Amino acid sequence: MSILVFVEPSNGAFKKQAFEAVTYAAKIGAMLKVEIHALCIDKPGENELQVLGEYGANKVWYVNDSRLKSVDPMVYAKVIAQLESKIDSDVLVLIQNFDGKAIAPILAARLHAGLVSGAIDLPRIEGASFLVKKNVFSGKAFATYEMHSPKKIISLMPNSIIPEKISNTASIAEFQPELDDADFKLQVKEVKKASEKISLSDAEIIISGGRGLKGPENWKMIEEMADILGGATACSRPVADIHWRPHEEHVGQTGLTVRPNLYIAIGISGAIQHLAGVNGSKVMVVVNKDAEAPFFKAADYGIVGDALEVVPKLNAAFRKFKEGA
Amino acid sequence: MKILVCISKTPDTTTKISFINGNTRFNSDKVQFIINPYDEWYALVRAVELKEKLGAQVTIINVGLSDSESIIRKALAIGGDDAVRIDAEPDDAFFVADQIAQYAKQENFEIIFLGKETIDYNGSQVGGMVAGLLEIPFISLASRLDLEGNMATVERDIAGGHEIISVKTPFVISASKGMAEARIPNMRGIMAARTKPVKVLPPYQSEKLTSVKEYQLPKEKGGPKMISAEHPEELVKLLHEEAKVI
Repeated sequence: MSILVFVEPSNGAFKKQAFEAVTYAAKIGAMLKVEIHALCIDKPGENELQVLGEYGANKVWYVNDSRLKSVDPMVYAKVIAQLESKIDSDVLVLIQNFDGKAIAPILAARLHAGLVSGAIDLPRIEGASFLVKKNVFSGKAFATYEMHSPKKIISLMPNSIIPEKISNTASIAEFQPELDDADFKLQVKEVKKASEKISLSDAEIIISGGRGLKGPENWKMIEEMADILGGATACSRPVADIHWRPHEEHVGQTGLTVRPNLYIAIGISGAIQHLAGVNGSKVMVVVNKDAEAPFFKAADYGIVGDALEVVPKLNAAFRKFKEGA
Repeated sequence: MKILVCISKTPDTTTKISFINGNTRFNSDKVQFIINPYDEWYALVRAVELKEKLGAQVTIINVGLSDSESIIRKALAIGGDDAVRIDAEPDDAFFVADQIAQYAKQENFEIIFLGKETIDYNGSQVGGMVAGLLEIPFISLASRLDLEGNMATVERDIAGGHEIISVKTPFVISASKGMAEARIPNMRGIMAARTKPVKVLPPYQSEKLTSVKEYQLPKEKGGPKMISAEHPEELVKLLHEEAKVI
């Protein structure tokens, strides 16, 4: 009996999402009184693997196989399932990011396990019933799922739990999966990565602009606010569609779903499709010159005014605050 | 070439969500149902484009009760050739995926298309599960697909960017924005759809591994605190002292 959590490093180091997932697994482990195993299908340094121990992993497994450099979800699921069978896990935890979305359901099919994807809270374990909460209807409601299978898989929505360091040391071991060259069916031809800014799914603060910014040349002030606050920049769909901003920045129903602590929407009216991608944010600030913009209904704080006039003043105020802090 | 497109019935995007039976069931009263937009706009339309370019048989599959008939007819009007409805309540992703996989096993589809997720349960589960059950490759969050013979070139979203991969058929692909441009069915398509065959099959033996125990609506916000554009320092103070996010 154990919990298995799958985490991936990015450029050789783990990021907040990985610590969230290990913390989440450790808390479930404490409820079920079982050990936490973490699996990393890569070989970052020993020290980096040990960091997972600080968040509660008892044993950290790494895989050293050059064929696994890019993510083929079918092969990754096979590796995870092989470790699962070796250590007999009851609960598997993945992260609801690009890779987790592809791997978790394959794993569920392989293990005949129920899957709740995009969990936003710790499970409630009441006797034999195992309950997991997630957002449904594009953020317009919550659903609590009951899982009926002996094996359970949860993919955790980023920024849903605060990572917690505990006093703990993990043992580290290599895991050698049995893979055949015929398992590798996807060939990566080209990787196009956007710049190395704070990624939107990791960001705790997101500054997002819409058509109210009037043109791509005005994004400097959005970037400036993101710089001051240590956040990431995003945009609404029309802005990505007319190529003012890259597609990777588009948040909303057809773009990326984000749930930062603070979402500042500037010059975005707040169509239901946009809200669907951002309404998991803890605090929302809306700046719009139209006092009737639907976004104000969803916001915690609002300023009615022209973005081009309000944002420079806001930036000055944020800067003053940061310098004083 | 045989292509399968999986479609799901979802409430229209603008639906006001409410629940009944002590918050254990979605209230479908007066709700307009549509084809899940990712299934329709991107997966189905790209399948129809491939058919027009390369020749293919496009089969629509839906796991659902008889109230799915209208969305199935719409999918046929957009360009599907025939359809299969597995007559069962689609309330668990594993169950739905297993129904699709068991049907697909007998038919040798080269591509199985679906949208990246449904806009009701937002699970992103069925595609990966179908691929896992059929043991064929799964390409998730794909924004482009080109086909030459049995070799496909696909662009898919990854963290912070995208990558281009090649893969041989058969495979399962989940479509995100960019895969195709939404189409409106024309009158010829609508007329033709009336006579296209829709097969209704009883469900295959399978299991449901999850169920919704209860729903909840988020707490109503009392309306935003409005701050004067002249005093942005007031917002900074509230974000720091009240909301504690900076």
